[in-house]
Amino acid sequence: MAGIPHDHYEPKSNGEKWLHSRLPVVGLLYDTLMIPTPKNLNWMWIWGIVLTFCLALQIVTGIVLAMHYTPQVDMAFASVEHIMRNVNGGYMLRYLHANGASLFFVAVYAHIFRGLYYGSYKAPREITWIIGMLIYLLMMATGFMGYVLPWGQMSFWGATVITGLFGAIPFIGESLQTLLLGGPAVDNATLNRFFSLHYLLPFVIAGLVIVHIWAFHTTGNNNPTGVEVRRTSKAEAEKDTLPFWPYFVMKDLFALAVILVVFFAIVGFMPNYLGHPDNYIEANPLSTPAHIVPEWYFLPFYAILRAFTADVWVVQIASFVTGGIIDAKFFGVLAMFGAIAVMALVPWLDTSSVRSGRFRPMFKWWFALLVVDFFALMWLGAMPAEEPYASFSLIASAYWFGYFLVILPLLGVIEKPSAHPETIEADFDAHYAPNTGGTKTLVEPAE
Amino acid sequence: MIKKTILSAVVAMGLAVPAAFAEGGGTYMEDFDFSYEGPFGAFDTNQLQRGLQIYTEVCSACHGLKFVPIRTLADEGGPDLPEDQVRAYAQRFDIFDPELDDTRPGTPVDHFPVSAMESAPDLSLMAKKRAGFHGPYGLGINQFVKGIGGAEYIASLLNGYKEPPACAPEDFPGYYNAAFPNGGVPESCKHEGVSTIQGSWIAMAQPLYGDDVQYADGHESDVRSEAADVAAFLMWTAEPKMMARKQAGFAGVIFLTLLSVLLYLTNKRLWAPIKRKKN
Repeated sequence: MAGIPHDHYEPKSNGEKWLHSRLPVVGLLYDTLMIPTPKNLNWMWIWGIVLTFCLALQIVTGIVLAMHYTPQVDMAFASVEHIMRNVNGGYMLRYLHANGASLFFVAVYAHIFRGLYYGSYKAPREITWIIGMLIYLLMMATGFMGYVLPWGQMSFWGATVITGLFGAIPFIGESLQTLLLGGPAVDNATLNRFFSLHYLLPFVIAGLVIVHIWAFHTTGNNNPTGVEVRRTSKAEAEKDTLPFWPYFVMKDLFALAVILVVFFAIVGFMPNYLGHPDNYIEANPLSTPAHIVPEWYFLPFYAILRAFTADVWVVQIASFVTGGIIDAKFFGVLAMFGAIAVMALVPWLDTSSVRSGRFRPMFKWWFALLVVDFFALMWLGAMPAEEPYASFSLIASAYWFGYFLVILPLLGVIEKPSAHPETIEADFDAHYAPNTGGTKTLVEPAE
Repeated sequence: MIKKTILSAVVAMGLAVPAAFAEGGGTYMEDFDFSYEGPFGAFDTNQLQRGLQIYTEVCSACHGLKFVPIRTLADEGGPDLPEDQVRAYAQRFDIFDPELDDTRPGTPVDHFPVSAMESAPDLSLMAKKRAGFHGPYGLGINQFVKGIGGAEYIASLLNGYKEPPACAPEDFPGYYNAAFPNGGVPESCKHEGVSTIQGSWIAMAQPLYGDDVQYADGHESDVRSEAADVAAFLMWTAEPKMMARKQAGFAGVIFLTLLSVLLYLTNKRLWAPIKRKKN
């Protein structure tokens, strides 16, 4: 493995040697936990731990909830109320699970935007990025299907709208939609397959998380300077890095604890804050809610979906060129999935030789605008589909695509990067007094 | 007092909320001051018992509470009725028992009956499905100090029966209610398809006029207090574990804050030899 040179696990006792020659599991754990980590990582590198915690929280609470939940259209809603009223601690499990999904998405968006700013997607970390995007897609699928399970009005109509998107695909759309729903409309078969998949996908995510970690443990972590760890010798690598345990474990746990304070305040004091009140109305196929709004974490892409209406000229051109195969509805679906696809392809769209946004004076501003754009889309996704929101959505969607397809490729050519430090050690020493060479100094500076 | 402190802290943090009225699509909505609001708020047992009385003597003629087990009336953090009273209360309902293929008097393990009138919605979750607070700027953060706002909606609705506006024809079906958002509005009260009046027409006749019940605790029984009492009771039926949840949340926040401080100190100490101070 062409990783950063570091000490590996050496079995000492006869028992350890016996095990190691048969199953090097202790060595695997040791090498994973002691991985050399750039010592200049900032607070945006804590989201990985938060995400791992969220996945564990969702799986543990979800397994217990599944013990009391009934995936049947006449009983699902009542079984959730049974959990809320009769199961010991059931109200807490359900609120942790529902709000845990929101924490999961807060963390994943922070994690993704950190990667976008510091160029964590660039060679040699493209596989890590792609796996991450797959995890994100699976998270969205899992979150969506989970929201259907309580069988409230938003569950039912959200499922109707979202599966309808697949129906917009030409030729195969209708059969694909029927396959997803298990019938012509959202019904018991839909609820059953969504429950089954909602239980399955988190374990697929867990598997991909292992691959994600494996990939970036092979390449080493990126860091705020984007400068690689020196790896010609172990001594040199040690000047740039610290072992993950205990330095980063403690730092990450501290950050996690602070985030959980806020999380528990929401779960304890306003657990329905992020949910839609209509989902406390049992699903009724005969009554459509006034506004069908997806969960907040889908809103940016929901806004992009709705932005491309039949009167937009690109939609009209696409429709004309394809002889009407691409209509406004299908164009919207393509745009929504395209918005995620361009993000997944960013390793090959960004032409700059410099990795970190810290040393890219023009990129910084365009990136800041992308963050604003993301929040604007989130807000627009919650607004009714009327003017002026429709025009704003179109502008914001255009910027999302423009950033990835035009600005990033061009910036690499026209931008003049500023000077970056030669090594991680130099960056670290610019903030803290230089280490005198690995040995402890006799006098500790006074705190 | 504590609530006031928190409120002022939140206001200071820039999360100030418009004080009296929440938005609701052009409907009347009054911000009642319920005892359970805010992180430290608790249900007022007497108020829940009064609300139960209103529900029993007025609402239950048409509306059901199908998700609520009768035994939970004895729960701590709820109406907290003595068990013998709960048993006696349960007997007033005739419950259909499929094993007997006949009705029998209710027992505490039964749920409240379903709505007696098909068009009357079940009230178990009404306080959660009509959450009324969305501010500021539609962010809903005011729920942290004001509660979810569903009980305010219910109380405002029961208070919202007013003289119909002059624009409406006299024979328009239903009853005018300034707090009801989803009912019919006569064309003569619309301008370019948009309603120009507060609220709309509801199918339910005004249920509370004041002095509809005799309160055992001698509490005032004008429409406003009766509406507030039954709204608080319906908040409890919608969220019966609210007290336990807030206590758990409080314990969680305290514990995690302490843990954060300890981890902060550990982390600082751990990194101190690495992050040397510049002289």
